Amino acid sequence: MLSTIASFINAAIIQGIPLLFGSTGEIITEKSGNLNLGIPGIMYVGGISGIIGGYIYEHSVENTVPILCILFSLCTSLICSALMSLIYAFLTQTLKANQNVTGLALTTFGVGVGNFFGGSLLKFFNESGSISLLDTGLAYKACLPFASKLGLFGKTFLSFGFLAYLAIIIAVVSSYILNKTRVGLNLRAIGENPATADAAGINVTKYKYLSTIIGGMIAGLGGLYFVMDYTAGAWTNNGFGDRGWLAIAIVIFALWKPKSAILSSFIFGGLYIICVYIPGLSSSSKEIIKMLPYLVTIAVLIIISARKKKEHQPPASLGLSYFREER
Amino acid sequence: MSTPAIELKNISKTFGSIAANKGVNLTVYNGEILSLLGENGSGKTTLMNMISGIYFPDAGHIYIDGKEVVIRSPKDAFDHRIGMIHQHFKLVDIFTAAENIVLGLEEGGRFNIKEAENKVREISTRYGFDIDPTKKIYEMSVSEKQTVEIIKVLYRGANILILDEPTAVLTPQETKKLFAVLRKMKEDGKAIVIITHKLHEVLEISDRVSVLRKGEYIGTLETANTDESELTEMMVGKKISLNIDRSEPKDSVDRLEINNLDCITRDGVKILDNISFTVKSGEILGIAGIAGSGQKELLESIAGLQKVRNGEIIYHNPKTGSTDSLRDKTPMQIKELGVRLSFVPEDRLGMGLVGNMDIIDNMMLRSYRKGKSVFLNRKKPRSLADKIITDLEVVTPSANTPIRRLSGGNVQKVLVGREISAAPTVLMVAYPVRGLDINSSYLIYNLLNEQKEKGVAVIFVGEDLDVLIELCDRILVLSSGRVSGIVDGRTTDKSEIGLLMTKGEEGGEGNVEE
Repeated sequence: MLSTIASFINAAIIQGIPLLFGSTGEIITEKSGNLNLGIPGIMYVGGISGIIGGYIYEHSVENTVPILCILFSLCTSLICSALMSLIYAFLTQTLKANQNVTGLALTTFGVGVGNFFGGSLLKFFNESGSISLLDTGLAYKACLPFASKLGLFGKTFLSFGFLAYLAIIIAVVSSYILNKTRVGLNLRAIGENPATADAAGINVTKYKYLSTIIGGMIAGLGGLYFVMDYTAGAWTNNGFGDRGWLAIAIVIFALWKPKSAILSSFIFGGLYIICVYIPGLSSSSKEIIKMLPYLVTIAVLIIISARKKKEHQPPASLGLSYFREER
Repeated sequence: MSTPAIELKNISKTFGSIAANKGVNLTVYNGEILSLLGENGSGKTTLMNMISGIYFPDAGHIYIDGKEVVIRSPKDAFDHRIGMIHQHFKLVDIFTAAENIVLGLEEGGRFNIKEAENKVREISTRYGFDIDPTKKIYEMSVSEKQTVEIIKVLYRGANILILDEPTAVLTPQETKKLFAVLRKMKEDGKAIVIITHKLHEVLEISDRVSVLRKGEYIGTLETANTDESELTEMMVGKKISLNIDRSEPKDSVDRLEINNLDCITRDGVKILDNISFTVKSGEILGIAGIAGSGQKELLESIAGLQKVRNGEIIYHNPKTGSTDSLRDKTPMQIKELGVRLSFVPEDRLGMGLVGNMDIIDNMMLRSYRKGKSVFLNRKKPRSLADKIITDLEVVTPSANTPIRRLSGGNVQKVLVGREISAAPTVLMVAYPVRGLDINSSYLIYNLLNEQKEKGVAVIFVGEDLDVLIELCDRILVLSSGRVSGIVDGRTTDKSEIGLLMTKGEEGGEGNVEE
């Protein structure tokens, strides 16, 4: 029994890590007033571009070095996620395009990019079979050497690759920056009331661009973690599923607080796979159990809307383009 | 006196073809309070915006402490120690007072909100403000928010303070407090400009008064040597003849009766206070007042769009001869009785017309319920649209052109045309000639006169006193949500109305719900 619970917690954390990257990235983006619904697509791109980087490296050298495996895939992943968010920032800030439409288009595009390269990457290199980056996957999965010696505790809480710890560190650091620094104050002001921020001399456009791009890069890491650590370097089309949307749901569940996103992600990760741990479920009841995270999100939305507590509301100018008033 | 803190020489600014300021001169010394007096649209705020870096003057010079300066941005203004407190506060609701005050400041060192809070407390004690720096803005009253704005400016080390109609949102008690603070700042050697149109406040707080009228500088007086009537005359100027036709009202009977109407805004401010008057058929009743004196709420109450707290609105129906109370009716029922609101807010397309739809579809907004089948009948609306286009000389490529592509005057004609076509018994128009050229304006005046001759009771909310005096049979003057007088358009003059408009609340009664 204990070992089942331990293994469930472990699995919940593993499922939660990509969600944590995604939701932290989206929180940082939304704090600037940009509702980036392209996050699911960006996470796909973050995953597939990591695969591409790792694949090219593994195929160009005889003996791979683990650290270089990580560096190559990490860099391609970050760059491609940044480019995706740059598209979003350019369209919505510079061209003042509608944020929802832009975001949804970006998600459709990102999923398409992922599946296109997932299907054709091997053909470009005249290979067949399925994509599987053993060396890179192993490098990402390497965990603390003493974890296995700590028994059940080590197995449950310390058996992750470095990206998992990075996710938590990023969330904690983001929380500190948002709440305790001048940069965070400025960013929050922009998301609440860009006209006021502008009048106070804050460069609204710069902040919106940067937070969108940084947020996108963090979210992209979620995709990278999924393909490198969770599936150990293997890519299957649509394998990432709807986790991107779940990440956006967590933003609401965590009330736009990166620190709360940590626990929320693990809860959602648990809800996502709890069906596996409930014995004797038919496949149709499994699908119903899988709805839980979304039902919880709707419940949270209802509760925060009914309570009307100002601190728990989304940034006031979320989803709105900012035009400087001119006469 | 010594060198002025700030001196403006020959400042001019035009927006498009409209001159907002023409060769304005202004001098403010350290340790004095200067009132900048003028009607709406006289260019007070534009002038101050040029000092605070929001607009850049087309011509003229600005001197600070005797040295000529160029102010291109709000940051430049800060650097010259100029701070402006705008009418609409620029504050982030979910931040604390202190967070709002330090927002955007580039102070060296680590960000420390505690230090900022202490500095805010220091400023508060020095000038006698009463504020908790850790309180969130959304929990604050209007006057507290204003205090935060003032401290924000002082925190940045401002020496010249400009306040744009600071008392417009305050209760008399809060105004007294503000004035006490302003006097302390004056003793502290700061130069203070307060923009206002309330004469009694001018006389109470300021050392000198500068008057603007229609963008022009009229003059500066020592407050001690002047009085209300002299200032009013400077503010409204001499009468200008417009030659608008005005016929004698025929067979006037009471049509609409308003008794003791009270109205409260969402923030709990009393916007209409004990309003009583009668509107007669076959006459134009003008409503004059400083912007925001309750004109909008009054019209909306009659149209059923604004919740009324007290009082009654009685309609004498000419068809049935019965009397109806409009107070408990929905806008739809009121419209069916023949009371028409052609409301024209600053944003013309905001209420009444849909910008992206064409003229025909906009006609149908009033008549779509009439059809019997599920399909729309566009025939009648089309002929109505064509009729309005020819009768009112609307300049448009066709009746199928989206409204937003028409010029302001033509949009206005479409809106008024549609309302008139429904054969109303009460027609309410607010600022119907705002932004229109002379010819279009006269066309609208003629339309209103036509309606009046047909026996319609017309309510006309206007801002130009010359127009009100020449067009209206009677003029009701609103001041801070109260009727300060009803005068005859044929015998009154501008300074009488001007005085009534600026009467304010000398009595010192509270107008906020306790």
